[in-house]
Amino acid sequence: MSRVFGNTWALTMSRMRLAMRNRAFLFFSLIMPLAFLFIYAGIFGRGRAQAVPYLLAEVLALTVMGSFWGLSVQLVTFREQGILRRFRVTPVGASAMLASSLLSNYFLTLPTIAIEFFLSRSVFHMAGLGNVLSIFVLVTIGTVTFASLGLIVASVTNTMQETQIINQIIWFVFLFISGATIPFPMLPGAVQAVAVFLPATYLVSGLQRAMIDHTTLPYLGMYLASLGGCALIAFVISAQLFRWEPESKAPRQAKLWAAAAVIPFLLLGIWETVNGDLRSHAMKNLNSIREPYTMERIER
Amino acid sequence: MLSGATIEVNNLTKRYGKVEALRGVSFAVNEGEVFGLLGPNGAGKTSTVEILEGLRTPDSGSVSVCGLDPQTSGAEFKYVIGAALQATALPDKMRVHEALDLFGSFYPNRRGTKELMARFGLEEKRNAFYSQLSGGQKQRLALAMALVNNPRVVFLDEPTAGLDPQVRREIYDIIEELKKEKKTILITTHYIEEAEKLCDRVAIVDHGKVIALGTPRELKQRSGAVTRISVRMARPETNGALGKLDGVTECRTEADDYLLYSTRVPRTIVALVKHLEEQNNELVSLEISAPSLEDIFLELTGRRLRD
Repeated sequence: MSRVFGNTWALTMSRMRLAMRNRAFLFFSLIMPLAFLFIYAGIFGRGRAQAVPYLLAEVLALTVMGSFWGLSVQLVTFREQGILRRFRVTPVGASAMLASSLLSNYFLTLPTIAIEFFLSRSVFHMAGLGNVLSIFVLVTIGTVTFASLGLIVASVTNTMQETQIINQIIWFVFLFISGATIPFPMLPGAVQAVAVFLPATYLVSGLQRAMIDHTTLPYLGMYLASLGGCALIAFVISAQLFRWEPESKAPRQAKLWAAAAVIPFLLLGIWETVNGDLRSHAMKNLNSIREPYTMERIER
Repeated sequence: MLSGATIEVNNLTKRYGKVEALRGVSFAVNEGEVFGLLGPNGAGKTSTVEILEGLRTPDSGSVSVCGLDPQTSGAEFKYVIGAALQATALPDKMRVHEALDLFGSFYPNRRGTKELMARFGLEEKRNAFYSQLSGGQKQRLALAMALVNNPRVVFLDEPTAGLDPQVRREIYDIIEELKKEKKTILITTHYIEEAEKLCDRVAIVDHGKVIALGTPRELKQRSGAVTRISVRMARPETNGALGKLDGVTECRTEADDYLLYSTRVPRTIVALVKHLEEQNNELVSLEISAPSLEDIFLELTGRRLRD
């Protein structure tokens, strides 16, 4: 057992090193989130300190969701180039390979998160830090969840091209109807009805509540459980569907299996639709930047 | 394991769609032996080796390596084998020493990165990215990686394919050294000279079957110890008289040369000279070559073994 951890760790370190040498990875996981921060806080927030927690939460969510691309995609490249099969003749197992994707991605996401907080405080004069423990746990579980979802896509697609297309589609859904770009209350009702089934929506909402209302962990339990459950199912399924060989194709029923990862959010979405408070929370969160904004106008 | 062989292969079959890659391959390799699978591309060599490495499953038949089943033995099996795959690929941005460190870290009994780099002439390339290495350097790294766990059994799948002759010779030297370490080595190749130079025993594989097996010397003897005499004459001869010379079992023409296969070379030579004098013909060139595996392959399959 300790050897499995040892192998996972060695792979994690190696893959972090490779990722740091990959310009595309650095751009998407560091430069782009910071660009979002400057656009959101600088332009949308008009440099007002009160708006920063809300906007930073969105940027944090985008950074965490970026794990969806991250190092899961690297695995597809490894498989296509025949790199994985060299690992297959070593004692490294599929789980160690997959876990190293999640871990290396997580360790590379944390510094970006820290830099985002630092810039929010120093450049945009954000007052507090929100509930640090809640944010840390949300970032941790969220990063693992979105990276696991990326692993699922990697395990059901056969070529890099296919992976990119499917990722692109899912990514745009996450980006635009989760509240990470367009605030949730501003989405049309029909879109909101769909959004409550997305993991991304809960990540954004959870981070905003932790940033603005300093919401503690117990109140975020439902969100965390769903994110964690989704991560666990996605990881187990991708370990089952793991393919080492460049020429092996994903079995047809694999796509059905992969769909199982959405079960926690299907349940959470149903619960939310029936008696949820996501909408009221989203409204309250948004008001945290709206109120002074309207005040300013009245003063004028 | 009754025979106590280190590698055992029994009646393997494997089919990819309509292609029958293996049609009942069997052989056994003893401890410390260098065993060659010789055959043209598509003969089934790689399929056989990859089944032994645990990368593929046979349709029927069985294999064992050090008494272990590659499919079910897990890490225990991985610890005893080392492999240089036909195309070993590593991430472009991985450095040479990082690759050896990483792969070494997977094993409890590992060889030092420094020692391996020194042995395979990779010290100067220590910090080079994989993508910056030449074909020969990549191959040397692949061999170093195959030895990183100090394995009992080493699989080398086409270790010199596509390399220029000088690099090929370097690789031969490395394999010769491994031989001295008494490692059991299974090597696949379509280069005759590689099999003759390196292997204790050779199995000739064609169309998914072993068609001959033995030491290079045995294989030559079994072929009837036929020596090839290539003759070129001033005037070509078409009456087939050369085939009737003393000791000649077969006569073929290849371009301007006549290839005489003889079991009694001295007699054939005397008869040939006499015959030329009688015909008033002149000898332009004469070359006597001992039978090679190439000849044996030709004899067994009727085809030449070429890249």
